Amino acid sequence: MGRMSFVGRRLLQLVPVAVGVTIVVFFMIHLIPGDPALTILGIHATPQSIHELRQEWGLNRPLISQYWFFLDRLAHGNLGKSLIYGTPAATLIMQRLPPTLWLIVYAAVIAILISVPLAMIAATKKDGIRDQLVRAVPLLGLGMPTFWVGFLLLTLFGVTLRWFPVGGYGTGFFGHLHAMFLPALTVAIALAPVVIRSLRASMLSVLGADYITTARSKGVPGMRLFVRHVLRNAVIPAITVLGINIGFLIGGTVIIENVFSIPGIGELMINSIFQRDFPVVQGVTLVFAIMVVLVNLLADMTYASLDPRVSFDR
Amino acid sequence: MTGAAGTGAVGTASAGIPPAGTGPMLEVRDLHVQIASRRGLVRAVDGVSFEVVKGDALGIVGESGSGKSMTLRAILGVLPPEARITSGQVILDGQDLVPLRQSDLNRIRGPRISMIFQEPMSALNPVMRVGSQIAEGPLIHLGIGRAKAAERALELMRRVGIPDPERRYRAYPHEFSGGMRQRVMIAIALACEPEIILCDEPTTALDVTIQDQILRLLATLCRETGVSLVFVTHDLPVVAQVCQQVAVMYGGRLVESGPVREVLHDPRHPYTLGLVRSAPDFDNVRESLVPIPGSPPSLISPPEGCRFHPRCKFAEEDCLVTEPPLRLLPGGRATACLHHERCIEAIEAERAAQ
Repeated sequence: MGRMSFVGRRLLQLVPVAVGVTIVVFFMIHLIPGDPALTILGIHATPQSIHELRQEWGLNRPLISQYWFFLDRLAHGNLGKSLIYGTPAATLIMQRLPPTLWLIVYAAVIAILISVPLAMIAATKKDGIRDQLVRAVPLLGLGMPTFWVGFLLLTLFGVTLRWFPVGGYGTGFFGHLHAMFLPALTVAIALAPVVIRSLRASMLSVLGADYITTARSKGVPGMRLFVRHVLRNAVIPAITVLGINIGFLIGGTVIIENVFSIPGIGELMINSIFQRDFPVVQGVTLVFAIMVVLVNLLADMTYASLDPRVSFDR
Repeated sequence: MTGAAGTGAVGTASAGIPPAGTGPMLEVRDLHVQIASRRGLVRAVDGVSFEVVKGDALGIVGESGSGKSMTLRAILGVLPPEARITSGQVILDGQDLVPLRQSDLNRIRGPRISMIFQEPMSALNPVMRVGSQIAEGPLIHLGIGRAKAAERALELMRRVGIPDPERRYRAYPHEFSGGMRQRVMIAIALACEPEIILCDEPTTALDVTIQDQILRLLATLCRETGVSLVFVTHDLPVVAQVCQQVAVMYGGRLVESGPVREVLHDPRHPYTLGLVRSAPDFDNVRESLVPIPGSPPSLISPPEGCRFHPRCKFAEEDCLVTEPPLRLLPGGRATACLHHERCIEAIEAERAAQ
């Protein structure tokens, strides 16, 4: 009950964000000087096609009513038709969405699998050699541009060692798991350093907490102590950090999908920009924005469900 | 704690606990604990020795920073990472715990020795249900299943006076009051029926009325289960209420020890005398509070000779150079004062004046 209304309230809070995004997306076209129809269709457009687009998008009407028109179409799930393929932009995006979602979730999972043990190693031997290494080495991942890391991994594991395909999405669950490993790892390498640092810091503070001494004083053995008492408390602050950074990386998938030729919405975005396929660019922008907001909502919910002190009622 | 509440309970508590059994349950021999700090090595515990007889309660008294808590943590092997035992022995039932590895200590902590902490607010895991925290010890140590361990936790909750345990079992620590959380801590400490429980100022963070409840509960449990207690506090009436023996710590060392009544009525160390005088209305010995002048010594570079000499009004020249050993006195007492007879004179003078 409390949880459902929490989700409901958070979804309601999405409305102003969504409105803001639609305004930005809508005005994208109008920010470019000149006739939007001409901008969209390019210099070789025929007067006939310009006229048709004006009719379709309501470009002859006042800006406010154009926006209203845009919102009205959006409310019906209509993002307009792709100028290149002639199919609805929404359909194109829905077809391309699964690989992108796969990439994001896969990357998050790998990042967590890398971060938890490394943070643990660093936190349990604070200021030791292992701690220094764990704090220093992942910074390389943070410092190197994502596309460069992608190329390196692709060259080594895809081209030279041939362990993984050099591109594509694969088929079936295990096919995806195999084909998407390198791109997901690339994203994870960018994501992990931030998560490791945040986890290490929260683990250190948890390790010094009185309740850990209590647990030790009742003879809780090492592994159980770590999982049930340390990790369970330390992940809570790290969840928010993970959520915010996944949000950032959603934009980053645009580049990764191109490096690894993954047929996701990031690649669709780039292609559509090059082809001046405005309705699709607008649609993908909107989807990206919604994804960022949803990831943060998910992080907040995870946080709230892991920490009993956080009330769903607030 | 008010004097009235403290002294009122002295009779009941000490009369209720059975007389001392045979041989020491726990023996601490010449324990040294050092803490690495930025300003240097802190000798937090500097050669402390005492023993606890089976079924007895020993109070360790002293100001903040006198090494009381570090002594307890060293006994249990749960020192903070920057602290370590540099020498000494902690002998529990004939076995020295100091050389043991953590994995071996984990088999002793819980079923044989356990601890209650000062801050019930922070000493419970905030994201774990209270019942599971109580059941965890039995689950690990008693070789019983989840259901049996839960049953045991419910029984313990009843025993420490937590109302409606079935419902409270699934609650989280933040849903409990301070007093109830301390009851949970006591249940955790009792869970595997240890022989000895170390109490680190268990009532300091609580309201006065709740303090008394918790002390009475501890005294009752002691009587019923025959568990020994080491009770660290800076609150003299609390010691009088719960303990039979008392040891006074100053600057990482033991300065006086003996039976509670004798030590608190007739101190044989100027520091104990100062403590008694600065505690409000202890057994109506005197009317006015007399604070101890000065502040506790630095444990990085403690004063030469007797560590208390800079604050001691009885100090003479030999106190500045001679480090006084803990010397035995008649009646099972001991003092580390070179001029302890001055205390007797001071007390007699004071009583004569009244």
